[in-house]
Amino acid sequence: MSQRFDFSVNGKPVSVALDNEATPLLNVLRNELGLMGTRFGCGLEQCGCCMVLIDGEPVKSCNRDVSTLAGKTVTTIEGIGSHERPHPLQQAFLDEQAGQCGYCLAGILISAKALLEKNPSPTRKEIALALDGNICRCGSHNRIMRAVEKAAAVMRAGERA
Amino acid sequence: MNAPILPPILNDNPVLDRWVSFPAPGMVTVNTGRVELGQGVLTAMLQVGADELDVDKSRITICSGVTGVTANEGYTAGSHSIQTGAVALRQALADVRSLFLTQAAAIMNCDVAELSIRDGGILRNGASTGQDYWTLAGAIDLSTKATGLGKRKAVADFTSIGHDTPRLDLPAKIFGDAAFIHDMKLPGMVHARVVRQPNRGATIGTVDEAAIQRAAKGPVDFVRTGDFLAIVGNNELSVDLAGAAAVDRVTWNNVETPTPLQQESTWLLQRPSVDKVIGDPEPADPQGRQRFEATFTRGYVAHASISPSCGLALLTDGKMTVWTHCQGVYPLRGALSRMLKMEPSDIIVHHVQGSGCYGHNGADDAAADAAIIAQQMPGTPIRVRWRREEEFVYEPKSPGMVVKVRALIDENGKPSDWTQEIWSGNHNGRPGGGSSLLGEEALPGYVPLPPANEVPEAAGGGATRNGDPLYDIPQKRMIHHKIEEPPVRLSSLRGLGATANGFAMESCIDELAERASMDPVAYRLSIISDPRARGVIEKAAAMANWQPNAPGGEGHGRGFAFARYKNKAAYFACVVELDVEEEITVRHVWCATDAGLVVSPDGALNQIEGGIIQAISWVTKEQVRFDNDAPTGTVSFDWETYPVLKFSEVPEIEMALLNTKDEVPLGVGEVAGGPIAGAIGNAVYHALGARIHHLPLTRDRIMATLLQG
Repeated sequence: MSQRFDFSVNGKPVSVALDNEATPLLNVLRNELGLMGTRFGCGLEQCGCCMVLIDGEPVKSCNRDVSTLAGKTVTTIEGIGSHERPHPLQQAFLDEQAGQCGYCLAGILISAKALLEKNPSPTRKEIALALDGNICRCGSHNRIMRAVEKAAAVMRAGERA
Repeated sequence: MNAPILPPILNDNPVLDRWVSFPAPGMVTVNTGRVELGQGVLTAMLQVGADELDVDKSRITICSGVTGVTANEGYTAGSHSIQTGAVALRQALADVRSLFLTQAAAIMNCDVAELSIRDGGILRNGASTGQDYWTLAGAIDLSTKATGLGKRKAVADFTSIGHDTPRLDLPAKIFGDAAFIHDMKLPGMVHARVVRQPNRGATIGTVDEAAIQRAAKGPVDFVRTGDFLAIVGNNELSVDLAGAAAVDRVTWNNVETPTPLQQESTWLLQRPSVDKVIGDPEPADPQGRQRFEATFTRGYVAHASISPSCGLALLTDGKMTVWTHCQGVYPLRGALSRMLKMEPSDIIVHHVQGSGCYGHNGADDAAADAAIIAQQMPGTPIRVRWRREEEFVYEPKSPGMVVKVRALIDENGKPSDWTQEIWSGNHNGRPGGGSSLLGEEALPGYVPLPPANEVPEAAGGGATRNGDPLYDIPQKRMIHHKIEEPPVRLSSLRGLGATANGFAMESCIDELAERASMDPVAYRLSIISDPRARGVIEKAAAMANWQPNAPGGEGHGRGFAFARYKNKAAYFACVVELDVEEEITVRHVWCATDAGLVVSPDGALNQIEGGIIQAISWVTKEQVRFDNDAPTGTVSFDWETYPVLKFSEVPEIEMALLNTKDEVPLGVGEVAGGPIAGAIGNAVYHALGARIHHLPLTRDRIMATLLQG
């Protein structure tokens, strides 16, 4: 028996019909809504590849049941910027060439966005701790942290302007 | 005049249309057999194309890793992509450029020397001629073979090679596009999970289909051939749930699981082996020289790719099309041909990007799984994605190793005789190297293949990689004990045997320096004459402001190490600074790399830094653990049971590149593993005054060492 679930993704209302109310948000994003930017890494809430924002908080979406999302707003990597209008974090990641295989990057960008909204001037150590829930296996950590610092500076300058 | 000798890859793939085409006015397609693994290789090939063809980068599309289209370059592995792949591409494109200039000269009835090319347009004495690659393309037959006569551009004339170029693949990953094989959708595609055969020879007992169906909470079907069992369905969640449930609801006979005893590499010492001596005979009598001996081990290590492997396949009209993130589309095609009993010409293998693999992970096997199911379901596209646990348990592991070093020391404290004795399973478990695909072992009538050969010495060796010291030692040899029956499936991980050999060798060099009452850097310089080796050693020491004989202890130390990868790729020296309390915290790394000609300096630095961080993770944390009481025998099955280095554990890293304008490029991707392992071991000794001989350098081993001290 299919049920309907209503919430918001990247600023737009969505309504999906599912047979299984325990369907994880990650499956809904990828298989129902065609938003492939949020990646599957482990399904165990360990690696952070599937990180999204739910009402602004970073959440691993691989085990988050869709039935818990009524009335909530979800933001995915596709919602924070685009090729045409990159978010300062995305621009900084491009500028720093911060990534190797890039599979972890969408989740890391989401974690970084959540950090900068709470703490616009994080230290390197604070950035590292904020990203410890995201695994990068290629060893791009230092570039990624430099990019977050750079984006933070750009965003602070933007606030002042 | 003798014909020029072609670069080996071009000699194997000489037809020029394998390398380049001019599909439409203003457009160039450059083909490469190398594939993107996150190392930026396609961007490097773009730079090569722009320089050797004299066209703007924006005109070039890169086509990579498609059987029947791109050159067969074997595997994208071994730090070969630039050192051998780009060199072949450069010559192929230089030959193509030369054909066009010759044709233009014929049309204009002028001398080739008057002509040049700017952004694809032919210039005569610097002036536009109205001719370009695309006006001339119809008259030029690119199905001819390379001659090697085309003049490659001089290093001084490069405008693209040697200059940082933004990666082609990164934007899609930063903006969350469907960048990966995992994101592919084919019309009518069904999802599949495999119920893995626990080990070769295990047979299915019972399958509780009803329980698995209930767990799926939606319709799923079973596909079975022999002991290969898969679950397929339209809803990925149902297939996932069924796949996870099936682990406990399918019983197996003839299960063999690895034991905690086998987890430790010292188990290898008692096993039958195929033995080989490479080098001089070992002297029976030390002839008055002092003898030094030490034994080192490293446990089994996982590739631990961030994403589980994925493969897609579709059988239509007798043709099998496979999409894979493996490292070699042609070797996989060969193995699929054997497994599927189909002609290679009836199989097309496409490379699609996956997460970083660092060697032979589950990618080939996931593609094989999809092809097996597709053969049972003609006309239906099949997508297999492994479960996280499946990737950890069933990916081929990097072999555990034992390395025993024996040295004889002359009256000046220098090593005059060196033995590196190595026990290891095979580092070459690749399907194209003579090993089975995983799913193949479960198929009806499977006949085990004979043990595959190790990577040959000419290709840098497998277990013996970097076991041959580059130091000036008059007599030396490697003794290689190849263990034919390892406890788990094995294959290539970044650097192969170089990590364990580098750890052992560089630890011993520090020990010998101490015996000679010399500083480790000065000692190395006193026993190595290769000027490029000396160059990186001196540079790394200077970068770190290395103080000779600086006192260590109190849990803080610095260590030095050096290697030239495979003794024929890039040179690398490093200083590691760390703290040891109950665990090791690496604080700072300084390193110098001489990779000769560098196509993309930023790309090379990204690779080197990634290799350093991965090696720190291997050395301080990583070992695959076995327990035969556990269902699969492997108790490292997720990121909690197999932790890797986290953001907050990554040190500051300073890097330098030397001799980047040399004509010859030297592979750089795997350069760091051995020296980083050695330098960490040496820094721990500096910090504690005691040496730990077994990797990984875990809390338990550190505590045991501290208690002994």
